[in-house]
Amino acid sequence: MKILIKNGLVVNENEMDKQHKNIIIEDGVIKEITALDKIEENEFSEVIDAKGAYVLPGLVDIHVHLREPGFEKKETVKSGSMAAAAGGFTDIACMPNTSPVIDNKYTVQLLKYKIKDDAVVNVYPIGAVTKGEKGEELAEIGKMAEEGIVAISDDGKPVMSARIMKNAVEYASMFNIPVISHCEDETLVEGGQINEGMTSLQLGLKGINPLAEEVMVSREIALAAGLDTHIHLAHISTKGAIDLIRDAKKRNVKITAETCPHYFSLTEKEALGYNTYAKVNPPLRCEEDVEAVINGIKDGTLDCIVTDHAPHAVEDKNLEFDRAANGISGLETSLAATYTYLVKPGHISMQQLVEIMSKNPAKVIGIEENKVTVGAKANLTIFNPDSEWTVDSAQFYSKGKNTPFNGKKLYGTVETTIVNGKKVYSRGMGICL
Amino acid sequence: MNNLYDVVDLSKNEIMTILDKAKYFKNQITTGNKSFKNLNGKTVVLAFFENSTRTKCSFELAAKYLGAQTTVLTSSGSSVLKGETLIDTSRTLDYMASDAIVIRHSQSGAPYFISNHIKSKILNAGDGLHAHPTQALLDMLTIYERKEFQNLKVAIVGDILHSRVARSNIHILKTLGADINVCGPKTLVPKGIDKLGVKVFYNLEQAIKNCDVIIDLRIQLERQDSGFFPSTGEYFKLYGIKEEVLKYAKEDCIVMHPGPVNRGVEISSGIIASDRCLVDEQVLSGVAVRMAVLDMMLGGEN
Repeated sequence: MKILIKNGLVVNENEMDKQHKNIIIEDGVIKEITALDKIEENEFSEVIDAKGAYVLPGLVDIHVHLREPGFEKKETVKSGSMAAAAGGFTDIACMPNTSPVIDNKYTVQLLKYKIKDDAVVNVYPIGAVTKGEKGEELAEIGKMAEEGIVAISDDGKPVMSARIMKNAVEYASMFNIPVISHCEDETLVEGGQINEGMTSLQLGLKGINPLAEEVMVSREIALAAGLDTHIHLAHISTKGAIDLIRDAKKRNVKITAETCPHYFSLTEKEALGYNTYAKVNPPLRCEEDVEAVINGIKDGTLDCIVTDHAPHAVEDKNLEFDRAANGISGLETSLAATYTYLVKPGHISMQQLVEIMSKNPAKVIGIEENKVTVGAKANLTIFNPDSEWTVDSAQFYSKGKNTPFNGKKLYGTVETTIVNGKKVYSRGMGICL
Repeated sequence: MNNLYDVVDLSKNEIMTILDKAKYFKNQITTGNKSFKNLNGKTVVLAFFENSTRTKCSFELAAKYLGAQTTVLTSSGSSVLKGETLIDTSRTLDYMASDAIVIRHSQSGAPYFISNHIKSKILNAGDGLHAHPTQALLDMLTIYERKEFQNLKVAIVGDILHSRVARSNIHILKTLGADINVCGPKTLVPKGIDKLGVKVFYNLEQAIKNCDVIIDLRIQLERQDSGFFPSTGEYFKLYGIKEEVLKYAKEDCIVMHPGPVNRGVEISSGIIASDRCLVDEQVLSGVAVRMAVLDMMLGGEN
């Protein structure tokens, strides 16, 4: 299969091309990147006109909840991977807090079969740290590693016991896979619903103090330093945590960290009116934290942008606030939100966007980095930064329509997503199966 | 009057109108007239998903004194215990041709939540930690009959963090021009509350200095497990409203409490029995205020 992408502006993490180019893909690999000469289009099975848009290395999202097995009404490998493709992602890693939890080799195998049959993008399983994510006994990390998990995490929950976390970090390092820590001290959350601040005071909702995140981040930094082993911190949202991570990195502690678009664009005020679509864990914070997240991305303290894609069925969100599920369905807004809130205002460049949305996430989970260079695997995202659109989650491929971005204007659309040399999504035609 | 969710939505004029109307009803009831026709032919449904004695009974009687037809749903003994959702329960009641639903719920925001699903008017009888508008109104009626609001010194004492009564009273007193001190253990006073225009104290004697009114809040004993304070004994010593401490307040300072009271925890038996404690008066004010609000919401001719 031979594909031609005409007139695209190639962006890699280290440089943006000065001129538009033609990109030729053959048999899943980038064959040539040439100047805009007249080219014989007949020999190509597919010709894509990028119309001057950016051609980025395929984006990598290492924090996605696909909900399968067990919660298929919220999402499936199929629908979630379609949402990923529509969002410009060619590679995603999925969290194990399904039912059953992915904590042994058989459930990993089951998931791999599902991925083989149904996924339209590359999907990498993450295994649990503890059996059933109960936080009591280590899961069979070695056997799961043999099946190809790329990391372990009890995400959704923290590993409350320092002893278990220490053992997990040491044990997992033998298989060269990182532990991804959901940083939350449960004893400090105690029925909290949104960030502790003026909004929680006004609405009469129990607040979650930022210390719940910071205390756990502190612990994980100490463990990473003491064990001299890499720990990756999930969905960082507070100024305090970012300051701790920055200091730790200065001391060369092996910590990497991720954040999500909602933490650099929205505040706790989204919850006003008891809007359950703004309910997420960690919660949306205040302006000070948003600013800290943006600065943390700019100076490299935060390595990755992920979505923490958490789709829910309507009936799980259409409830009294305390009972509504936590989570935002983020795959289909992430790239545009990152462009709108970080690139457009001049906080980061497109090259940095590629670094934090493609290169660094790939590095954390140890998969091959995507690059728009000759010889590289053809995982590409064509992104038009100029188009303006209003988010309407009813149009999402994801079964999860739960997003506080609904009705908000974003800049930038994914025009085409190419996975392993095949066009998987185009904005005009949708998912191409 | 449309739906009543929160006193924050009421202007000073609206509040005074309600208080004047309530004053009228209170006088009438006191002289034995408990039979009005204002709500004849109207149906008021009480949906109480959280335990209540005062609010529930006074709302029901208020509706009945106005001539309405009523029914009371409480969680226990209802299909709520079979797992029926709040939306479905509210819609079910709505479809019985109700004109107003008075809702008490443990979840903040519950009245707003059901408003998207039902046609009846909605009266918030207390939602979670958020608001309790008729409590604030009845507290104000009780004060109105004795004092002026402008520059009135009021101390709200107790578990401010978990109290919808505190929040609603702060809003209404601010609207009416009073000065407010809040006081409680640091663990029970929410961060940022000073931004609502109140002064924060952790010492009771300083908080009630020269006050005209003390609004004492119930300590929710079940919360002790969370470790907000070490024991009820220590709480009573530091924050209990008792005779010895009242010398710091004004001579004619009144003590109020939304009820139910925990004797020996937030208030002493002696104070409850004394003349300056208006707990019983508040109950009667409650019926009157609820009559006023229901009348303004559903009433036809007078």
